[in-house]
Amino acid sequence: MTRPALRAEGLTKRYGRRVALSGCTLAVPTARVTGLVGPNGAGKTTLLQMAVGMLPPTAGTIEVLGARPASGAAQLAKVGFVAQDTPVYSGLSVADHLRFGAHTNPRWDHGLAQDRIAQLGLDPAQKAGKLSGGQRAQLALTLALAKRPDLLVLDEPVASLDPMARREFLKSLMAHTAEHGTSVILSSHLVSDLERVCDYLIVLVDSQVRVAGDVDELMGSHHRLTGARRDRAGLPGGVDVIEESHTDRQSTFIVRSTVPIDDPSLDAGGLSLEDLVLAYMSKPGRETTR
Amino acid sequence: MIEFHLDGGTGVAPYKQLIQQVRRALRLGLLSEGDQLPTVKDVVAKVAINPNTVLKAYRELEYEGLVAARPGVGTFVRRTLADPSLAAHQPLREELRAWVAKARAAGLDTDSIEDLFVTTVHTPTEESK
Repeated sequence: MTRPALRAEGLTKRYGRRVALSGCTLAVPTARVTGLVGPNGAGKTTLLQMAVGMLPPTAGTIEVLGARPASGAAQLAKVGFVAQDTPVYSGLSVADHLRFGAHTNPRWDHGLAQDRIAQLGLDPAQKAGKLSGGQRAQLALTLALAKRPDLLVLDEPVASLDPMARREFLKSLMAHTAEHGTSVILSSHLVSDLERVCDYLIVLVDSQVRVAGDVDELMGSHHRLTGARRDRAGLPGGVDVIEESHTDRQSTFIVRSTVPIDDPSLDAGGLSLEDLVLAYMSKPGRETTR
Repeated sequence: MIEFHLDGGTGVAPYKQLIQQVRRALRLGLLSEGDQLPTVKDVVAKVAINPNTVLKAYRELEYEGLVAARPGVGTFVRRTLADPSLAAHQPLREELRAWVAKARAAGLDTDSIEDLFVTTVHTPTEESK
């Protein structure tokens, strides 16, 4: 594997006695769009803030593009970050934001920034505080993209947007990724936001990584099995049960299996990414990484 | 030119949905030899989908010999699926009719027949493994 975009080993963050992230071990591939999904309070923001160097770890290590987060000017220039709720300076105009970006970023691509502002139909003289939620998010994204980062980190970028603005935001992000091959990590508590844009997925629950992997591989290896009631001992060998439920007649299992299920007494079906994630979220805590 | 769409929550991976849409367009004659598929950038900007997903779908179609990528130009249809498979429809339908009659004679109702058909189609066979 080439150098990962983000590598964490035993990464732990405690705030006093509260554990925000516990023994997290991960390798996020480059040139991919990685979704970080989990319920509110799972530790997503903590992980992302450690990745961009805003928070130091309590224990363990984290490396971003092969170096310690925020370890110098060169490292800072390589990583773009859009914080939760896509903050902008409400008293500054759109053009002020671009000037500010140009001053503070050595790799600033002014052409890209101006093209995007024009494409979005934003008035450069407009104060950011007067923009709509969707426009503010697009402005924050423009600042991060024009930085021309190798890795772009976005914390819940679309959570507060309406469906239309959400779609437009993701289109912009994907178009940039297609053109520049930027690695992206974005978090969301909604799988539906991530389903179409992510090709790598990390499920974080209760401050631990439950599952991480290539989206197509995850979808191809997880199945919903239904059949006459049985306990998990009655399943074919080599399957890992993620979730099970039983009625007096029928049993339903959500399993991970790398081999096809060809037991004729079981009806095997695919699983949507959302169902897959929900199954891991409801699974009692135990780390399963690839 | 065709346009792609994605159905969320179907359990079908997005790249597979794209492949199915190209195949369907080929079968229905909406795409024929020499036609260009939308560029990755176009698909991404329209559907808000991961570019690697589009590339993966196009690679798979290329591997099957259905399309060919011309670097710097685009991806083009190499052959259509319409003719050979359309010709096969009629005899297959005849056989299926005979089979349905047999199933009814054995006492299966329409729902049971459909269930049997669907599960059989989706059961992996020796050849497809």
